[in-house]
Amino acid sequence: MYAQMVKSTGQGVKSLDEMDPQERAFQERINAGDKIEPKDWMPAGYRKTLIRQIGQHAHSEIVGQLPEGNWITRAPTLERKAILLAKVQDEAGHGLYLYCAAETLGVTRDELTEMLLDGRMKYSSIFNYPTLTWADMGAVGWLVDGAAIMNQVPLQRTSYGPYARAMVRICKEESFHQRQGFDIMMKMANGTTAQKRMAQDALNRFWGPSLMMFGPSDGDSVHSAQSMAWKIKMNGNDELRQLFVDQTAPQAEYLGLTIPDETLNWNDEKGGYDFAQPDWDEFFDVLKGNGPEAANRMEARNKAWDDGAWVRDGMMAHADKKRAAKLAAE
Amino acid sequence: MTKQEWPLWEIFIRGAHGLSHRHVGSLHAPDAEMAIKNARDVYTRRKEGVSIWAVESSAIVASSPEDKGHLYDPADDKVYRHPTFFDIPDDVGAM
Ligand SMILES: [Fe+2]
Ligand SMILES: [Fe+2]
Ligand SMILES: [Fe+2]
Repeated sequence: MYAQMVKSTGQGVKSLDEMDPQERAFQERINAGDKIEPKDWMPAGYRKTLIRQIGQHAHSEIVGQLPEGNWITRAPTLERKAILLAKVQDEAGHGLYLYCAAETLGVTRDELTEMLLDGRMKYSSIFNYPTLTWADMGAVGWLVDGAAIMNQVPLQRTSYGPYARAMVRICKEESFHQRQGFDIMMKMANGTTAQKRMAQDALNRFWGPSLMMFGPSDGDSVHSAQSMAWKIKMNGNDELRQLFVDQTAPQAEYLGLTIPDETLNWNDEKGGYDFAQPDWDEFFDVLKGNGPEAANRMEARNKAWDDGAWVRDGMMAHADKKRAAKLAAE
Repeated sequence: MTKQEWPLWEIFIRGAHGLSHRHVGSLHAPDAEMAIKNARDVYTRRKEGVSIWAVESSAIVASSPEDKGHLYDPADDKVYRHPTFFDIPDDVGAM
């Protein structure tokens, strides 16, 4: 997802009996559906895992602006340009809501940014793929935001209060994102032969990477088990991937496009589609930093950070000067 | 390399006329003026507010979670503060 393969403590989930009284009281609050707030006691592992997860989620929103930002100047109409601009601006907002949530855990936004820039923290694999045509703006909104919604809706109930509240805000805005994408796909799929070909090509390229967004099967990952016990991961990866395919397959059919998976087939017995797994070797390779656009993304983020330094410093110096002048006048 | 991180501000928004301001989140800004401008962009992109307050986070004093019990204890044994404590005969009519 936007946060993929987040590591937690790496130790198995403790039973209530194995916990000391403080930790046990904490776990019991979570089991009872209580929200944990910033000043509450929490296990160090919970705090650390959340910083990793929320940080990775925030970075994904920020880096996720780049593939779409690529098309703002080349949108086919002024209206499409304005819509795409608003969508990308929302993603900046999502990044900021999430950085705020992470900051309540005792890390600063600048620290998080530096960890992204020097590669210590990751962002979602999906944003390392290029956006080659205007149809990709449709595919990204429809599939990428669609997959993100699958994971973000349940996270509104996550145990950490600031994270849950950020997710509520984000979810309110995501449905605009997905619908504007689908709207582009409808236009393209019903357009000229060339437009329809572009729409199909976009689906072909984004299908596998979208399935990868949910991360590989949890299997018996101790990280997933611990995160689920803490209610910072609400569903299994395979479960969400299935939901996504079940929701998306009929939409593709509506568009008259073909999902690039010959094995895709409705399975009456399980009440869902059978489908092929994406190329997990490719996923791990992209996660390692070898995605086709990985170097460009990091270069763009580093450039923005470095080129903006004088603005950040200048505005701070100006604010300090004004404060000093005001103090002197008092 | 930035020398000094912009301070953190807590943002409160009045959602509509007649409502109280409500905490919506925080953001970074060099000064109060910019905090309000940033808050407009971050928290009111869809007309979520008619008024914004920005307060430097460091200026906020909060009760601590350990207070949860005893800070609110005094309210526990004063059920008579609630109108339902009193039985008023139906004959009296609405009260
Ligand atoms: Fe987003
Ligand atoms: Fe997104
Ligand atoms: Fe989005």
